[in-house]
Amino acid sequence: MLKYTEDHEWLRAEGDEIVVGITAHASEQLGDVVFVELPEEGREVSAGDEVVVIESVKAASDIAAPVAGVITAVNSALADTPGSVNDDPQAAWFFRIKPADPKAIEGFMDDAAYQALIG
Amino acid sequence: MTDDPRRTELQRTALHDLHLSLGARMVPFAGWEMPVQYPMGVMAEHLHTRAHAGLFDVSHMGQVLVTPRDGQMETAALALESLIPADVLGLAPGRQRYGLFTNPQGGILDDLMFANRGDHFLLVVNAACAHQDIAHLQGLDEVTVTPVTDRGLLALQGPQAADVLARLVPAAADMRFMDSRILDWNGIELWVSRSGYTGEDGFEISVPVADLRRFAQALLDQPEVAAIGLGARDSLRLEAGMPLYGHDMDKDVTPAQAALQWSIPKARRTGGARAGGFPGADAILAELADGAAVVRRGLRPEGRAPIREGVAIFAGAEGGEAIGHVSSGGFGPSVGAPVAMARLPAGLPDGATVHAELRGKRIPVAITPLPFITPSYKR
Repeated sequence: MLKYTEDHEWLRAEGDEIVVGITAHASEQLGDVVFVELPEEGREVSAGDEVVVIESVKAASDIAAPVAGVITAVNSALADTPGSVNDDPQAAWFFRIKPADPKAIEGFMDDAAYQALIG
Repeated sequence: MTDDPRRTELQRTALHDLHLSLGARMVPFAGWEMPVQYPMGVMAEHLHTRAHAGLFDVSHMGQVLVTPRDGQMETAALALESLIPADVLGLAPGRQRYGLFTNPQGGILDDLMFANRGDHFLLVVNAACAHQDIAHLQGLDEVTVTPVTDRGLLALQGPQAADVLARLVPAAADMRFMDSRILDWNGIELWVSRSGYTGEDGFEISVPVADLRRFAQALLDQPEVAAIGLGARDSLRLEAGMPLYGHDMDKDVTPAQAALQWSIPKARRTGGARAGGFPGADAILAELADGAAVVRRGLRPEGRAPIREGVAIFAGAEGGEAIGHVSSGGFGPSVGAPVAMARLPAGLPDGATVHAELRGKRIPVAITPLPFITPSYKR
């Protein structure tokens, strides 16, 4: 089951890691994505650290680490196909993070709460 | 956004309801509420215009008639030449040119199109500068200046624009690049010029406000045509190497610095038949002779990250002072890569590498001849 942040990221628990992407709502707001800059694997981050830069035809925006932890993998295919963030935002994951607190994902919004947020 | 009190003060074009019905995202622009994109999105709108035909609402732009008080076009031409370093006198009836309003310091007050319409001139100026331009023109004693308030302006741009317009208005097919004519559509007077701001063949069409929606819909009903917003208009003009007023030039930037010296013909330069006689002539003509210290150039950054307005440009990969700043930049959908413009010290050869500082990192940037795409005007 997906969880959501107020910054319009989706979070999916897989084993002891969390996979992070952006929601369809966010990708629509951004417009056509033309460039994605990903963090280094193995980087230790705090919650709120800016770890991804997304450039769309309109503007640059950041994705923050939703929780503290270690970046374990990045979707380097996005460098060549940044448009997949618009085409299928649910599939276009950015990075996997191993949270310092294994229960960290529990505090985030569920689908109903997120739908209420974007109204 | 709807809570923003400033929006109540924004002007709306006669196509406002049409934009909403097409699902446009509206934004404030130069005092107007304008469509920045439609559901197709900026990238697809841009590519559609280069492949087919795009329809733009540019009704925010200022249209102004300048008429000689004595009935002699020569009088109006010479009056305009006192504000614009262009050849207005030599412009034949039915033809249009690009020009600049300059200030006493040699800077650019606005850029414009002017057309000779037989017994008066039609000027098209930038929305943000329209009030200032009209006041500036009203300082001329020899002409009457009439802002056109009962017409909107459309741009139909792209390789299929001529076929589309000829279907509705057959006489449009005979026009050449920079022709300006009055044509009839079902008894409605269209002011048509074969020109635009995309690097494509196309037309700008002034239509009475009362008929604007019906004419726009007739164009949109053609299978080649899609509505295109200001977002794609900006990326199209950027790829075409066209400067945008307020960004790539302004009151502190001279024609030579903006790489617009081509708009100043020999007749208005030192030694020409009507040399000088416009605001800032001494500074502008001296700079044309000696060369400007900084010049607008095209830039292609390495990789896919766009370098946008304000990004600092450095000569080297580290250290040193900035040698300029990006004045316009973004992703060029037809180029398939980021493109930008900046005023940089003169003398850097095409192909030279400079560096843009983006998020604390220096990215190599190649100085590239403008335009970034090959224009396809019907000369």
